[in-house]
Amino acid sequence: MLAYALYSVAALLALATIAAALAASVHGNATVYGASLIVTLALCAIALLKLIQPASSSTVVLPIGLPWLGAHFRMDSVAAFFLVVVDLGGAAASLFALGYGRHEQVPQRVLPFYPAFLAAMNLVVLADDAFTFLVSWEFMSLTSWALVIAHHRERDNVRAGYIYLLMASFGTLALLLAFGLLAGVDGHYAFSAIRFSHPAAGSAALVLLLALIGAGSKAGVVPLHAWLPLAHPAAPSHVSALLSGVMTKVAVYGFIRIVFDLLGPPSWWWSMVVLAVGGITAVMGVLYALMQHDLKRLLAYHTVENIGIIFIGLGLALAFKSYDLDWAAALALTAGLFHVFNHSIFKGLLFFGAGAVLNATGERDMEHLGGLINRMPQTAFVFLVGCLAISALPPLNGFVSEWLTFQAILVSPQLPSWGLKFLVPAVGALLALAAALAAACFVKAFGITFLGRPRTPVAEQARETDRFSLAVMFAFAAICLIAGVLPGVFIDALAPVTKSLVGVSMPHQTGVQWLSIVPIAESRSSYNGLLVFLFVVLSGSIAAFVIHRLASDRLRRGPAWNCGYPDLSPVTQYTASSFAQPIRRVFGTLVFRAREIGEMPPPGAAQPARLTVELHDVIWDALYAPLEKGIAYAAEKLNVLQFFSIRRYLSLVFSALVLLLLVLAIWL
Amino acid sequence: MLLVLLLSPLLAGFVRKVKARLQRRIGPPLLQPYRDLARLLRKEVVLAQNASWLFRVIPYIIFAGTWVAAALIPTFRSGLLFSWSADLIAIIALLGSARFFLALAGLDVGTSFGGIGSSREVMIASLAEPAMLMIVFTLALVAGSTQLSTMAGYMLSSAVGLRVSLGLAVIALIMVAIAENARIPVDNPATHLELTMVHEAMVLEYSGRHLALIELSAWLKLLLYVSLIACLFAPWGLAGPEADSKMLAIGGVAYLAKLAVGGVLLAVFETVIAKMRVFRVPQFLGAALMLGLLATLLLFVSRSL
Repeated sequence: MLAYALYSVAALLALATIAAALAASVHGNATVYGASLIVTLALCAIALLKLIQPASSSTVVLPIGLPWLGAHFRMDSVAAFFLVVVDLGGAAASLFALGYGRHEQVPQRVLPFYPAFLAAMNLVVLADDAFTFLVSWEFMSLTSWALVIAHHRERDNVRAGYIYLLMASFGTLALLLAFGLLAGVDGHYAFSAIRFSHPAAGSAALVLLLALIGAGSKAGVVPLHAWLPLAHPAAPSHVSALLSGVMTKVAVYGFIRIVFDLLGPPSWWWSMVVLAVGGITAVMGVLYALMQHDLKRLLAYHTVENIGIIFIGLGLALAFKSYDLDWAAALALTAGLFHVFNHSIFKGLLFFGAGAVLNATGERDMEHLGGLINRMPQTAFVFLVGCLAISALPPLNGFVSEWLTFQAILVSPQLPSWGLKFLVPAVGALLALAAALAAACFVKAFGITFLGRPRTPVAEQARETDRFSLAVMFAFAAICLIAGVLPGVFIDALAPVTKSLVGVSMPHQTGVQWLSIVPIAESRSSYNGLLVFLFVVLSGSIAAFVIHRLASDRLRRGPAWNCGYPDLSPVTQYTASSFAQPIRRVFGTLVFRAREIGEMPPPGAAQPARLTVELHDVIWDALYAPLEKGIAYAAEKLNVLQFFSIRRYLSLVFSALVLLLLVLAIWL
Repeated sequence: MLLVLLLSPLLAGFVRKVKARLQRRIGPPLLQPYRDLARLLRKEVVLAQNASWLFRVIPYIIFAGTWVAAALIPTFRSGLLFSWSADLIAIIALLGSARFFLALAGLDVGTSFGGIGSSREVMIASLAEPAMLMIVFTLALVAGSTQLSTMAGYMLSSAVGLRVSLGLAVIALIMVAIAENARIPVDNPATHLELTMVHEAMVLEYSGRHLALIELSAWLKLLLYVSLIACLFAPWGLAGPEADSKMLAIGGVAYLAKLAVGGVLLAVFETVIAKMRVFRVPQFLGAALMLGLLATLLLFVSRSL
């Protein structure tokens, strides 16, 4: 199995080199994306087989990389699950790009890096020693960076790429230090050795923090999210879908691998850190998203929110695990992992939808769109499904994973520690708030983009997108519905993963009557998406049938009523920012120091009245801006070093040497 | 399922009647909502020129979602046939789905009033929904279950006693119920002043059978919340899963009495209080959220509070 997976990854890498040659040709697009589609589908099938038949995990050592170490690869059920996520997303993005990529103006900047990026993500998941893991991680960062700055003529994209590169290297540094601590003085780089040598409590805590910083900066936890909403929208849309839907999941994989697998038994306060970070990330992400009117950036901020929800699940799992409540840990971990899968599906779907809109209109700004539902009815339908799923509304899949997280929160009074007793309900409130705000945000995203009247001529003349894109969007919408109405199947598929990470798995779900899911006991809680879905469909159609049959089914078109006001210009519609205004007033004054400045001209003056809204990115101002200033200041001061004479340089080198020797002599 | 459908216009008519009597008016007859429904259903639909397919589907979705949610709440007997298919969290989320679609309907035609209604509705919902979830948490922690039947059964048993957390929860629940049903002081169901409308502004463009469905869903939602409060905090007379016909009769009478009391209380409350400014609403709901959180925290700290 593993050998086939590695062959496929090698095929992707080979494809990347071929693509460099093919990129300029006419068939380059179809060849590269078609081949990527086939290879990722194969990888996905391999991983699924592995997940269904969790035999012993297979390992392979290849004689590449460091000469005395080699490159270790291993596929256990955790890796298999994340491979499914990665390659399902990869296959969908490739299929989407078969249509979307034709509109790419500079294919030679996208095509060679695309298969390499896919290969890198697969390698991270398959790696079984620290060296291979870090090299693959860096490879993933670099290839995705190249894709982010594919359209490098736009200034914003270059800035996004620069910030991304900085944050990525910072994250890798943190991971490097984490693995250094894990390896200990003997230098065990292979995961199999690390797994059995548990570090001391102090360094284990340090490893946890470093892993949270390293993997978290890639996943986009607040306050390390700064690069994400800049970089994800900058890339071409199918790559945005991969970055948001898949690469953040690889980061979550890195965190799970280090903390749950390699680090040994957790102590209780670790979960406090993870939970607090998760709760804050969830709410801040969605609040930022509400303030956006760029469709792709809004989606990117929602990735931040969903990463927060995933980390809440992981944090709860850590808390339960540290107190040996293994069944509860299995529930929380299943909730987190199920959300990983769900988010990769609906976020992919939404980015594809945004890509289709971008293709049809050339606009990402919602203020210039509107009324697309009449011009692009199919895209509108699937986008609506994605919006419902991400807003955690039944009967779709997003609701199920959040429901499981709530169930995990409800068993947490059993935790004995006081810190957790106070933190967990607060995190529960944050999660509830994030879910409600997400629904508000997607009313805005869908309502402003697809409903109403077209705000610009381009929106008026939009055309339905191509068949490849529609096919993949409909497939993802179907997965959203299936995972929502038959969650038991998916939860059972996650059983081997939780079993390998926390020792037990959730009770078997597919055998439950009527295909309900029962996380703990039936008297406690159960949910049946299928029945709810059927009830809603049935009662809706009965109502429609009865009314059309027995009452009236006549219909007349007329101008909009609008309380009798003649309201002809589309400019009078609500815009994205006016829609968010009430929420901005409620939350924004606190979080963003939002201010509205109204400028009213004196009576008789000819100039128009103006309303300006001032928003401050508090996290950027508090964390990144001083850092930026500090570095600039230090660089300015150190500039003096460039203009020394040779004698001074030599004396500097000599004194540094003496100083280091002194330090060594005193310390050891 | 049919019971709630048949009763909900009656409750709405009853509240209107009591309010009218309190204002020394005669008021419309009790059965007026039924007549309104019949009249609306027979009329033709006038649709705005640019209304999409979604606009025409939404009334059915809202109606179906609200109806299913209302049918899952125990009225006069607990242990409904399908009560295990969705717990209280799922019922809340189902109502959330209905609201999601209602807010979209407000944006569909692209008028400024629809937009104002939708944007205010989501602002209210963004606070009311977490508050509701915190109340659910409180109840679930007390009863050890999020299943409504189990909760109601637990509330009936003597194990409950008087608890601070439940007291906080019931206040919060009433506040949320007022906001969710667009009643005074959050919204005025009878308003004709455009700038004060929230719910009415969203459904401004609906007519005929579509409007009938939306009105019916709103009444269903009112009935749902009164039933929910009744079954959780006043479960007296609720017939058990294996009750005989006498118990059922008692349950039925008790349920009607509870609805009447709820209706009178709502009418009195609406008569004595004035509508608040829109931007006072977040404070009102924020208080509900804090009460819910406090109740949950108390239960995390001690199981007996």
